[in-house]
Amino acid sequence: MGMTITEKILAVHAGVKEVSPGEIITVKLDLALANDITGPVSIREFSKIGVERVFDKNKVVLIPDHFAPAKDIPSAQQCLEIKEFSQEQGLKHYYEVGRMGIEHCLLPEQGIVVPGDVVIGADSHTCTYGGLGAFSTGVGSTDLAVGMATGEIWIRVPVSLKFILHGKPKNPWVSGKDYILAIIGKIGVDGAQYKTIELTGQAIEDLSVDGRLTMTNMAVEAGAKNGIIAADDKTIQYTKARAQRPWQVYRSDPDARYENIIELDVTHLQPQIAFPHLPSNTKAVQEAGDVKIDQAVIGSCTNGRWEDMVMAARILKGRKVHPDVRAIVIPGTQEIYLRTVREGLAEIFVEAGAVVSTPTCGPCLGGYMGILAKGEKAISTTNRNFVGRMGHPESEVYLASPAVAAASAILGRIASPEEVL
Amino acid sequence: MMKNVILHGKVWKVGSDIDTDVIIPARYLNCSEPEFLAAHCLEDVIPQILMKVKPGDILVAGKNFGCGSSREHAPVAVKHAGFSCVIAESFARIFYRNAINIGLPIIVAPEVARTIKEGSLLEVDPVTGMIRDLSEGKAYQGEQYPPFMLEIFSAGGLIAYTREKIKRGGVKQLG
Repeated sequence: MGMTITEKILAVHAGVKEVSPGEIITVKLDLALANDITGPVSIREFSKIGVERVFDKNKVVLIPDHFAPAKDIPSAQQCLEIKEFSQEQGLKHYYEVGRMGIEHCLLPEQGIVVPGDVVIGADSHTCTYGGLGAFSTGVGSTDLAVGMATGEIWIRVPVSLKFILHGKPKNPWVSGKDYILAIIGKIGVDGAQYKTIELTGQAIEDLSVDGRLTMTNMAVEAGAKNGIIAADDKTIQYTKARAQRPWQVYRSDPDARYENIIELDVTHLQPQIAFPHLPSNTKAVQEAGDVKIDQAVIGSCTNGRWEDMVMAARILKGRKVHPDVRAIVIPGTQEIYLRTVREGLAEIFVEAGAVVSTPTCGPCLGGYMGILAKGEKAISTTNRNFVGRMGHPESEVYLASPAVAAASAILGRIASPEEVL
Repeated sequence: MMKNVILHGKVWKVGSDIDTDVIIPARYLNCSEPEFLAAHCLEDVIPQILMKVKPGDILVAGKNFGCGSSREHAPVAVKHAGFSCVIAESFARIFYRNAINIGLPIIVAPEVARTIKEGSLLEVDPVTGMIRDLSEGKAYQGEQYPPFMLEIFSAGGLIAYTREKIKRGGVKQLG
């Protein structure tokens, strides 16, 4: 019987020939990741296990990105805790403010994660790396602590759902973000509970690596354990330029088992908006109606990559942000930030009346750098629109692509890119 | 090995898709002290929870409880708010793992989630999954933990389980 990519990666890391869905296995980790919120809890739990050192100082990654640069004294303490632990343990992959980035933008960009890896992270969006053909999943701080100590984690092998995305969108502004919102809208926020979302088809092959990472990033928003896309020539080119380690490409066998195969034709797909308060509450932008916005956020581990900056800049160039709107652009890493400066995108954003921030998760989870007041509405390229996610419990978040967020920033209401061009 | 404890408590009901931002909003994540997190647990759903929930009470939710972020602060907040157990139609996977890992009993029982009344008095055996509604005189069988998770649960959580395993030489550090 054939195996899926996910099953093949898990089998290799468990040291067995094959695995089947439902089986509980122990796999070796290529990376264990935490941030300034989950890291301190992991470090505390790690200290109770009874080992002195992490399993491999090159494979434990700590990134201050959520409330960093520190937003207040308690956040500064949390950042300090992961910094001190990194120093004590001699961790290779700790990145201070000024060199860091949003973790799920930074790790692929710097070649810290490569195709074929098994990665756990104490951050639910760790599933992002599936876009490179790695198995990666979010865990809590205690699981991560044990991973840091032992270099292993137990996993129940997930069943896989195969999505085949056919066609080429007629609307040039339709992106990976719109594909994944459409999928979550179709299957619901628990539509892939405990399962793998394997993304295939012409529309996926046509996406850039940035666009693919956006899609796998949001697999968790459908409850999935992981999202995955087979590495192809684009992935290899991307990896070659960055990889710090050797990599391994896996593909699903033609006779691999899937619980379900779901086909989607994207030819006539329009840009998607997820209305409050669930990522599955999706509509085409043309059906959004008149929704006035107070803030537009362009960034995050979902849409803070270079391609996202380019998309937003194409729309904002020579135009002005609506007088009633705050537009906040957050390049995901220092490298992307520098490129937005060098290639003139930062100037476009600032001239349009937007702010450009240093990399941070900040507003996405209501941390800082763009918190919503009572009754305010934001359009955002982030991944969650739960009650109170970006601020006051009576504020609202509408999820969309960078193109739609930029167009909406200009018109002061939810708008499609065609309306401003 | 933790002794098996039968739990007794009054039911607090919440709906479906209760996400971790609702369980503990990120604005409180600049601190990880259990008592602080407990004070803000579900504050937009059950305001001033610590004044209302009695130690041992049981949280009963709809489907997909704990969806969203991986923050372990969420089950920690629920546990320290006084809840002895969470019963739901289904759980998001990271929350489920986290709860077992930190020793918060958690049971999948769709029928209980759908039919039980707010305020009912329950008796729960987390090991067998047996749930008795003492107010209505009914009994329900919730899902049992898979054997491997039961081992972790019975050890008192993943840290205690791992500590034991390392002592016995079952896990060798690679590095």
